[in-house]
Amino acid sequence: MADHKAETLNINGCSIELRRGGSGPPLMFLHGAGGVSTWAPYLDALADRFDVIVPSHPGFGSSDDPDWLDTISDMAYFYLDFIEELGLKDIHLVGNSLGGWIASEIAIRNAERLKTLTLVSAAGINVVGVPMGDIFLWSNEEAARKMFFNQDIAEQRIALAAEMTDEQKDIQLKNYFTTGKLSWNPRFHNPDLIKWLHRIKIPTMLIWGENDKIFPPAYGKAFREAIVGSELRIIPECGHLPHQEKLEEFLAGVKDITSKN
Amino acid sequence: MRFSFFHLMPYSAVDLDAIEHTAWIKFSNSNYDPKEGHKLYNRYLDELEFADKLGFDGICVNEHHQTAYGIMPQPSVLAGALSRRTKSAKICVLGRALPLTENPLSIAEEYAMIDNVTGGRLIAGFVRGIGCEYHSYMVNPSSSLAKFHEAHDLILQAWTQPGPTTFEGKYYRFQYVNMWPRPYQEPHPPIWIPSQGSSETKDWASHPDRKYTMLMTFSPIKNVVRNMNAYADKCLEYGYKCQPDQLGWALPLYVAETDEKAIEEARPHIQNFFNKFVLAPTEYRMPPGYSSINSYKMILENKMKFREQFLSIEMLMENGMFICGSPSTVVEKLEAYQAEMGYGNLVIMGQFGTLDHEHTKKSMQLFAEDVMPKLRHIGEPDAVAAE
Repeated sequence: MADHKAETLNINGCSIELRRGGSGPPLMFLHGAGGVSTWAPYLDALADRFDVIVPSHPGFGSSDDPDWLDTISDMAYFYLDFIEELGLKDIHLVGNSLGGWIASEIAIRNAERLKTLTLVSAAGINVVGVPMGDIFLWSNEEAARKMFFNQDIAEQRIALAAEMTDEQKDIQLKNYFTTGKLSWNPRFHNPDLIKWLHRIKIPTMLIWGENDKIFPPAYGKAFREAIVGSELRIIPECGHLPHQEKLEEFLAGVKDITSKN
Repeated sequence: MRFSFFHLMPYSAVDLDAIEHTAWIKFSNSNYDPKEGHKLYNRYLDELEFADKLGFDGICVNEHHQTAYGIMPQPSVLAGALSRRTKSAKICVLGRALPLTENPLSIAEEYAMIDNVTGGRLIAGFVRGIGCEYHSYMVNPSSSLAKFHEAHDLILQAWTQPGPTTFEGKYYRFQYVNMWPRPYQEPHPPIWIPSQGSSETKDWASHPDRKYTMLMTFSPIKNVVRNMNAYADKCLEYGYKCQPDQLGWALPLYVAETDEKAIEEARPHIQNFFNKFVLAPTEYRMPPGYSSINSYKMILENKMKFREQFLSIEMLMENGMFICGSPSTVVEKLEAYQAEMGYGNLVIMGQFGTLDHEHTKKSMQLFAEDVMPKLRHIGEPDAVAAE
């Protein structure tokens, strides 16, 4: 396992939980609604080639839940501050689901310090006629089963969830509450984002599970149409979390977009 | 003691077997037949009008959306219908869900109109709406509490400050608050807060600037007692004594000639109510941010576990979520509970689940004739405080 550390940063008065490990060019990973609670295998694999920077978003994990946080737009501006504060440049930005939405919102605002963008089953846009899955009506078990194509993984997750400590449960609730606050209505998207995705001119990779029950592949196709020159890879037999369910394919996607650029 | 008759207006013509998972949010309205709905609305309005004739002090309607549980998404429509057909009962809307509307001034207007038409018979209920409504109306539950308070402030401003005024909140902004009509009652209609008893609500409602009536709804008796006592304690903390009219209890109640007959007649209907019409999974009831994380965990632990099992009439009676019996049994229970809690308002839901018109009326009549007179004298304001 790559060397990594967990630390707490203060960005303009907002305390942020940060995991960081590996060496190489900077890769910032923006997590989805479920948060990031461990140095997971996909982070470890990325750390072979990158300086992997994994913040818990404001309102998630053990980061502060600041009063100013109302929308994903707030989140995007926060991360522009965060990037400046850390002095990061030529960042490979990777975002999954809610984190992909944040990454897109950052990139349309200011991509000067970004080198490439990888969106994995990203939220942020709405495709008329292709309903999203309503995660807010799913129980935890139902969510696990719908999140993965491979139901063995789903059952493992359900079994693991039964062993969660109270502290972990509290964090899970905090993540759930902040997700609701940021994405209730409009549901998991910003109607303005699609209008400005053409501003993203950095090389962009879109990675989607063929069997994503939250944002079906039509969402990936819509991103591809909106971001000129972007590449869409639809992974067969894969749900909403390709980096967890199909690690090799995820890594190949990141490698291809980052090594060419 | 003041007695009110509350109607939930369930869609009682529903095919109960069709309600497998829930009667809320996604329970298809193909299960609704407008011809049956037409009959039910008129039957239920008849029951509310009958309550006025029987001498109930108040008749009550409320708001729920997209559910067979209650078909009053816009309660002021029915309050308007009742305004002209009743003569003495207060008309209580318990309540309008303030955060669900884009413009709370529309609620201030509805209420002021009813108050004017009836010459001051409105009791204005303010609620947040239960969790399911936030799915149905797509209103962000995380801003529910803040919007409730802001909407309340806006409505009170519209009712009490000579217009035009301005209002600048986080959620609502108006350059000209200048409502026509102003409410009939001075300074404004009485305000009731139906509640499940969160501490935030108690602290807020009991504040000396407000002294709003807290109406405990559909809760196990131990919660009702604990919350009413806590409300009264909070009043003392604020430096005054809680008056009975600041406390209300709302629950389903059924009276028949004998205890046995009452239980037999009510059994299927109250069990349908709690096991079919109320049925909704945790995620439906508890959208993220609707309550604080701590309250969320507590509700999950206490209430949801209780509701996961089949609730028999015996369990409901034992938990004090349903009062049922002969007039003397009902008098005895309400008297004992009143002594324990000090409430001055009793709100009975005399129709529940699938209970038919004839039994509803029979129970209402027995209650009005054989229960109300025996309890009138209790729960009255202190003479000193009334001066």
